Formats: sequence, C-alpha cells, structure tokens
Amino acid sequence: MKLRVLYFAALRERVGHAEESFDAPSNVANVAQLRDWLAQRGEPWSVAFAETRRVRAAVDQTMVDDRHALHDGAEVAFFPPVTGG
Amino acid sequence: MPVRVQQEDFDAGAEIARLRAENPKIGAVASFIGIVRDLNEGAAVGSITLEHYPGMTDKALTSIAEQAKTRWNLLDVLIIHRIGTLAPTDQIVLVVTTSSHRGDAFAACQFVMDYLKTEAPFWKKEVTAEGTRWVDARDSDFEARERWKCGKVGKA
Repeated sequence: MKLRVLYFAALRERVGHAEESFDAPSNVANVAQLRDWLAQRGEPWSVAFAETRRVRAAVDQTMVDDRHALHDGAEVAFFPPVTGG
Repeated sequence: MPVRVQQEDFDAGAEIARLRAENPKIGAVASFIGIVRDLNEGAAVGSITLEHYPGMTDKALTSIAEQAKTRWNLLDVLIIHRIGTLAPTDQIVLVVTTSSHRGDAFAACQFVMDYLKTEAPFWKKEVTAEGTRWVDARDSDFEARERWKCGKVGKA
C-alpha cells in the first residue's frame, strides 16, 4: 500500500522532515498500526512519536481516530493537538 | 460561506459591512476577534508564528461553518485566520455570524471558535525571553468543545 505521510509542528521538527512516501507492509491497515510501524523503524520516528503528547492524525485532510482504515494512495498526516485561534 | 487563510491583517468593520451588504434579512451580527497576547504560561511573548496544513485548513474551516449552519438559523458565516509571524496586539482570527435574531448569531459564533480551537490544523510557536517553544493545547479548549456535544447546548 503506497502512502504519503506528512508531519506538522513539533512532530515535524522532531522527525526532521515534513513528508515521506513509501510502500507500507501489508500488516499496516489503520492509523494506529501505521504510527506503530513508523516508530519501530527507530530514530528519529521512535523518539518523535514518544516525545509528542497525544499525536493526532488526518487521512486525506480529515481528522480521524486511531482505528481509521488506510487505503492505497492515502495522504496521512500526524501532528500534535492543534493550537490555532 | 467565506473562509480565508491569509498572512495579511483584516479589517473587521469592512468585512462585516461586506458580509451584510444589501441583505435586509440580517437582524443580528455577532463577531469574535482573537488577538496575540504579550504573556502566555508566565512568559513574555515577543512574537508567534502560525503554521498550518494547507491542504486541510480550508476543508476543516468550511466543515465547521457548515456544522454551525446546520445547527442554527444562520444567514452567513465568515472565518478569516492569519498565518505567519505575528506580534502581541496583532489580530489572529475573525469569526462573523449573521442571522435574523441574536440568539443564533451569538451561539454559532462561540461554537465556531470552540471547534476551530480543537479541529482546525493550526499550530502556534512562541518566541519568548527563554527561547522558542510550541504552544501546548489546553484541556479547557477540549472541554469548551465537548459541551456542544450531546445536545448540552443547542438551538433555543
């Protein structure tokens, strides 16, 4: 499954880049599984996800929860809780 | 239902005048302006920089405005949010709601802000005397949004 992953704010700084694209393994089917798979790749993802409180996610530009299913070609974004306004 | 994300400042008076121009159905206008403060979490703030998620921001703000229109009898909703670097006293965000009667305009304006604070993909980074830091989300913002759920506060 091809995915495009974006990072924002403190999480982007900790990961060290704003986006990446890759083929995710077949056992990555939802948001939580993707986050766990990214973190188990080691640094910088392991540290970035561990240090960022309450990481939230969006799939195709809509905020979703951890169990949201992924699809081929999805744009997945990870970020800290929003602080606009 | 205009939604704008921009670096430039806005003129609330001119925006309101434009929104309600020649619409005799409007009996009430409620507006909210968010402003950069000079103190946050005990530290003096020199400036803040607002980052956003360009692909998602318009979509999130439009969805919030649409939810408000579904919930109250509104004639229009305007949301303007600034990005980039801002200094204390600068305006950050403008929300304007128009309706026939004040109850809908007041409630919807607050609803839009409470949702914007927790659902719209903006992040603030502050420059203070102690250095640069990302602003933490506040639990009170989540609580403010939660009270609109389960019909705790709704249509009069």
